[in-house]
Amino acid sequence: MRGQRKWGASYMNNPIVSKKKWHKQARIDRITQWIVSVPPHLFLVFFLVLPACIMVLASLRYPGEFGGLAPLWKTPGIHGVAGLTLENYRFVLGDLVFVEILLKSAWIAFITTLLCLVLAYPLALLIAHRPKRQRELMVLFVILPFACNFLIRIYAWIIILGPFNLLYSPFAVIIGMVYVHLPLMVLPLYTNLEKHDPLLLDAARDLGAHAWQRFWHLTFPLSLSGIFAGSALVFIPALGMFAVPELLGGTGDIMIGNLIKEQFLESRDWPFGATLSLLLTVTVLAVAQFSARFTQRELT
Amino acid sequence: MAMHIDIPVIAKGGLTLLEMRNVCRRFGDVVTADNVSFTIEVGEFFSLVGPSGCGKTTLLRMIAGFDSPDSGDILLDGKSLLRVPPEERPIHTVFQSYALFPHLTVAQNVAFPLRMKGYSQHTINTRTAEVLMHVALIGKADYLPQALSGGERQRVALARAIADLPRILLLDEPLAALDAKLREQMQVELISLQRKLGITFVFVTHSQAEALSLSQRIGVMTQGRIEQIDDPARIYGFPKNRFVADFIGHCTLVSASVTAIHASYLSLATEKLGQILAPVTTAVCVGQQGWLALRPEQLRIGRVGEFSHFPNRVRGKVDDFLYIGDVTTYIIELDSGLRVETMLANSAPGRVHFFDEGEVVELAWPAEVGCFLHE
Repeated sequence: MRGQRKWGASYMNNPIVSKKKWHKQARIDRITQWIVSVPPHLFLVFFLVLPACIMVLASLRYPGEFGGLAPLWKTPGIHGVAGLTLENYRFVLGDLVFVEILLKSAWIAFITTLLCLVLAYPLALLIAHRPKRQRELMVLFVILPFACNFLIRIYAWIIILGPFNLLYSPFAVIIGMVYVHLPLMVLPLYTNLEKHDPLLLDAARDLGAHAWQRFWHLTFPLSLSGIFAGSALVFIPALGMFAVPELLGGTGDIMIGNLIKEQFLESRDWPFGATLSLLLTVTVLAVAQFSARFTQRELT
Repeated sequence: MAMHIDIPVIAKGGLTLLEMRNVCRRFGDVVTADNVSFTIEVGEFFSLVGPSGCGKTTLLRMIAGFDSPDSGDILLDGKSLLRVPPEERPIHTVFQSYALFPHLTVAQNVAFPLRMKGYSQHTINTRTAEVLMHVALIGKADYLPQALSGGERQRVALARAIADLPRILLLDEPLAALDAKLREQMQVELISLQRKLGITFVFVTHSQAEALSLSQRIGVMTQGRIEQIDDPARIYGFPKNRFVADFIGHCTLVSASVTAIHASYLSLATEKLGQILAPVTTAVCVGQQGWLALRPEQLRIGRVGEFSHFPNRVRGKVDDFLYIGDVTTYIIELDSGLRVETMLANSAPGRVHFFDEGEVVELAWPAEVGCFLHE
C-alpha cells in the first residue's frame, strides 16, 4: 500500500513514466516487499507467537511428576477436554502473595527507572552538548559495559558491596538494577537531546528565559518522547529481571522473575511457571501500551 | 486594570536609545566589527545593510547579547550593556529561521516572554490576544507552528518578539525566507506595526531595496566597517564612497579627476566620458582623483542631437536592452568602450519607440546630477 502510494506520486510528477510501466513497477514493488519481509515474519511466528501459544496451553495443564507437563490422558479435564485445568489461575489469583510479589517487582522496576532517568538525564545532556568527536567517544564509553559479560559485572558488584556490608539487601538490588539498565536510558535520551535545535535555546534566552526556565519550558518538554522511550526500555526488562535480585538480593528481595525461574528449575511446576509468565507478560503489555499512548501523544 | 504593560512614549527628535561606541570584534583573522560607532534613536526604524559576511549579523548578536565586543562598549540609555546577559536585556530578536517553539501553540509561543517575566495569567491572556490581533493571527491561536504557512510563522515570530514590548526589536533578515509577493506584504505590515507600537526596530538585510523602502536611517556595512549612515534618500542620492554607490542601487562608475571648481559645479576629466560637469557634493580640490557615479535613471537616452541643451553628452550604440515592465533598461556601449546602464519609463509621454539593438544613440544629463566620490 505504502509502496503503491509512493509510486503514484512519482508517476504524477514524472510524465515520462507511462501508466502501464507504472503498474508493472508497482507490482514488482509489492512482490519485493513480500519477499523481503518473509524471514522476519517467519522468525516472529516461530520464536514469539508459537512459544506464547505453548505458554498459554502449558498454563492450562497439570505439572508432570518430575517437571514438564503431565500426560493429557492421565488427568481429569474441563468441559470434556482431558488434561486441562484452571487450577493454576485460581492459585495465582487466590493467593495475594503472588500479586504482591508482582507489585513489589513493579515497584523496584519503577524505582530503577526513576533513578536511571535522574542519573542519565544530566549525562545525556552533557554528551549532547559536546563537540561531535567527543560525543562519539562518550557514547562509546556508555555502551562499553555491554562488551563485558552481564553476570561478571553483577559479580563485580558483590566484590564492591561486600566490604560495606550492603550486600543482600533491597539497596544492593536497586544499585545493581540501576547499573545494568543505565545505558538503556542514556542512549534514547541522548539521541533525542542531540537533535534539539540550539537556536531554540538562544531564542528562549533572547525572550527572557533564565537557565532553569530554558530547561523546564524547552529542553524538558521537547525530550519527553526520549524520556518515555528510555523508561520503557528500562522498566520492561527490569520488571522481569531475576539475575540481579538472585545474586545481590536477600531472601526477601525476590522478584517475579525469580519466582518464575524457581517454578521451572526448582519446584518443577511448569504450568504454574507458565501462568506466572503470562501474568508478567500481560503487565508488561499494559505498561507498554500505556507508555506508547503517551509517546504518541507527545509526537503528534 | 490588570494591564501593566504600557506602550512606551515615543520622544521624537533624536533621543539616543542605543549607542555603539568603538566596537571591535574579530574571529581569528577575520575582522567582523572594525571600530564601529553609531547611535540608534528612540522609535527609529534603523537598517544595517551590506553583502553577506560584512559583519551585520555579528553586530546584531552583540546588541542581543549573544556575542560581546573585543573592545568598545554598547550602551542602552547611556548604561553599558556588556555585563547584562541576553535574557535580561530588554531587546528581542526575530530570527531568520523564526526559531518558533515546536511544542507550543501559537498563543503559547506568543505568551512565552510574558510567562518568563512572571506576569499574571490574566495579563498574559489579554496581552497575547491583543498581540495576535495586531498580526491578524487570532484565529490560529491554538495551532502548532508546523501547521502554519511561512508567512504565518513569520508573523508568530514577530508577535512573540513584541509581546512584552521590548525597547529594541532586532530583525535578522526576517523576510529572506518568504516569496517575493509575501515579502512585499510583510514589509508593509512591518512598517505599520512599528509605527503603531513605537518600538525601535533594528533591521538587518542584504537586500538594499528592502532597506531603502523600510528604514528611516540606513547603515551601509562592508568588511566590518560602517561606510555611511544616512536616511535612504541621502544614501541613494549622495553615497559617500564607491562601495556605497555600487552596493545601493545600480550605477555606472568611472574614474575621474577634478580639473576646475566653479560656483556649484565641478569640471571633471574622465577617460571614458570626456569632460564632464558634476555638482559639488563634497569638499574637493583641483587635481583630486576619484569616481563619478551615475544612476541609470539620471541619464536621458535619445537620438543624436536631441539633447543639445545638456552640458554632458556622450554617444554610443545600444548593446542590449531588458524589458522589465514599467521600465526598459538599456545597456549602451560608448565609443570609448564603456558600458553604461540607463532606463526609460515605458509610459513616458512622448516616447515613440524602443531603441533597437545596435542603434546609435546619445546619452545626456544635466550638470546637477551625478556624484563625485573620493577615492
